[in-house]
Amino acid sequence: MNEVNTKPLKERSATRNLVSHLMKDRLAIIGLILVILVTSSAILAPMIVPHNPNKINVRNRLKGPSVENWLGTDQLGRDVFSRVIVGSRIALQVALVSIAIAGSCGLLLGMMAGYGSKKLDGILIILFDTIRSFPTIMFALAVVTLVGPSLNTIILVVIVTSIPVYGRIVRTQTQALKHNEFILAEKAMGASKLRILGVHILPNVIGPLLIIASMDIPVVVTIEAGLSFLGLGVRPPTASWGSILNDGYAFIRNTPWLVIAGGAPLILTTLGFTFFGEALRDVFDPKLRQEVL
Amino acid sequence: MTYYLIKRLGVAAITVVLAVSLLYGMIHAVPGDPLSVILGPRATPEMKAELNKRMGLDKPFVIQLGTFFVNVLQGDLGIDVFSEKSVSEIFFGQLPFTVSLIFLAIGWSALLGIPLGCYSAVRRNTLIDKLTGVFSVGTIAIPSFVVALYSLLIFAVWLKWLPAIGAGKEGDFMDRLSHLLLPSFAVGLGWVGYLARLVRASMLEVLGENHIRTARAFGLKESTIVLGYALRLAILPTVALLGVGIGNMLSGAVFAEIVFARPGVGKLIYDSVITRNYPLVMGSVIMTTILFVLFTTVADLISAFLDPRIRENL
Repeated sequence: MNEVNTKPLKERSATRNLVSHLMKDRLAIIGLILVILVTSSAILAPMIVPHNPNKINVRNRLKGPSVENWLGTDQLGRDVFSRVIVGSRIALQVALVSIAIAGSCGLLLGMMAGYGSKKLDGILIILFDTIRSFPTIMFALAVVTLVGPSLNTIILVVIVTSIPVYGRIVRTQTQALKHNEFILAEKAMGASKLRILGVHILPNVIGPLLIIASMDIPVVVTIEAGLSFLGLGVRPPTASWGSILNDGYAFIRNTPWLVIAGGAPLILTTLGFTFFGEALRDVFDPKLRQEVL
Repeated sequence: MTYYLIKRLGVAAITVVLAVSLLYGMIHAVPGDPLSVILGPRATPEMKAELNKRMGLDKPFVIQLGTFFVNVLQGDLGIDVFSEKSVSEIFFGQLPFTVSLIFLAIGWSALLGIPLGCYSAVRRNTLIDKLTGVFSVGTIAIPSFVVALYSLLIFAVWLKWLPAIGAGKEGDFMDRLSHLLLPSFAVGLGWVGYLARLVRASMLEVLGENHIRTARAFGLKESTIVLGYALRLAILPTVALLGVGIGNMLSGAVFAEIVFARPGVGKLIYDSVITRNYPLVMGSVIMTTILFVLFTTVADLISAFLDPRIRENL
């Protein structure tokens, strides 16, 4: 007998929805492949690099791509391919750490603004808007001048500038939920604010937040690479895609492969995470499409 | 509208005051003597004494901040510690370069992005629509400084079609323009995608509305309906976005100016970061922030003027 799928659409699990969406969406598949590629090269970096990424060999400097050095060597004779692989670690590390911290703070502050008193909401919103009134790079430059360039400075800047974005999203969602019947019922039964926020509001706002946060990965990767490109991010000899671009920029006329090698992984990573993130959003929360656009 | 105007301007003023206080307060949040923090490694005792006198750093923080605001309101952003010129003079000397870059970038990206989005919405699900979709997401995602570096490599180094660095000779319009093309391409590319996407989405919404159906029922020409009725409404969200967009473009302009070694605000700030010239950095960042808030406010006011529904949402 042929079995017919009688389950209504709603009951199909999220994973199955995702898989069936992915099968139809070629861009999402490309995105997924790129994400897997970048993530696995970041995790496996120490095992898969063909050379020590920081080993200087001046006699072998600025060589073109060859069997030995797939992407050539830089001005200190270091293997560019190995540096690109190790660079994926820095990129994803900064993205994950800063987005996780900013996401948690944004979640907390956003719920406070959305559920708390009107006064608290007003204060938090003005604070959020103040921080958002700085163009990110300008703010980063001001902070770097004061505290000096380092990986932690970049993480700090990303956290401070992202909290308002997440906070505002969580606030809007919390406000929308606040007057729902199930919350009012809980309130009538005498549930504490903490319980309502933690048990009822949190599970409902965390989904959209996770999607927005995952779509922010390419943005943060870009900020890290950008600051490192300006020489204001990671300190030498640490390899980052931005610092490879910085090295390459100085020699762009004679050795173009350095710039190409530093830029390509950035393009692939940002495209991969964006394509995949958009597919995730369309599957899990199509309503968000309008909010982010 | 008057109520909205006053309220929106009030919010803008509070934002600017808070932003400036935050930037000023950061000097004190960093561990160490503020004078050494501001002046960097090259501080001599004389320079420290002079700056202390100017900024009153030994006075309570609130008084310092008050003095600072009074100075800013008088257009005095401080003195560059190295060249001893006034910060505002240096800043406004560089501003035209950045403004021309950003306006050219907005101009070409709007000229391309808006029709592209409009066309995609009208010819939905065709090949061009799908390609535009991929192109939009792609150009939004790719970092503008990578676009700048690659276009420098391709069009200036390899093909030698356009000049690589500088802003061109003063007074020679064509030379200036040719020096602007690559940087504005890099700054604007992401915006073509962004605008196309935004216009497509709001166009689709508008095309489904009743008055468009009525216009169709009256047998109006399709071009009149699309351009005369739908696009006029669909363009509204774009206006509001352009304000925010200018802020993002400023970030893009910083990179474009550095990659193409062009004078401008971005290059100015970057150079002063490298020399740890904090008064110049702070002054310029404050000015760009004020300009940014001004642009977003004006954009909001224009869209509120065009669309009364927005006024209720503040």
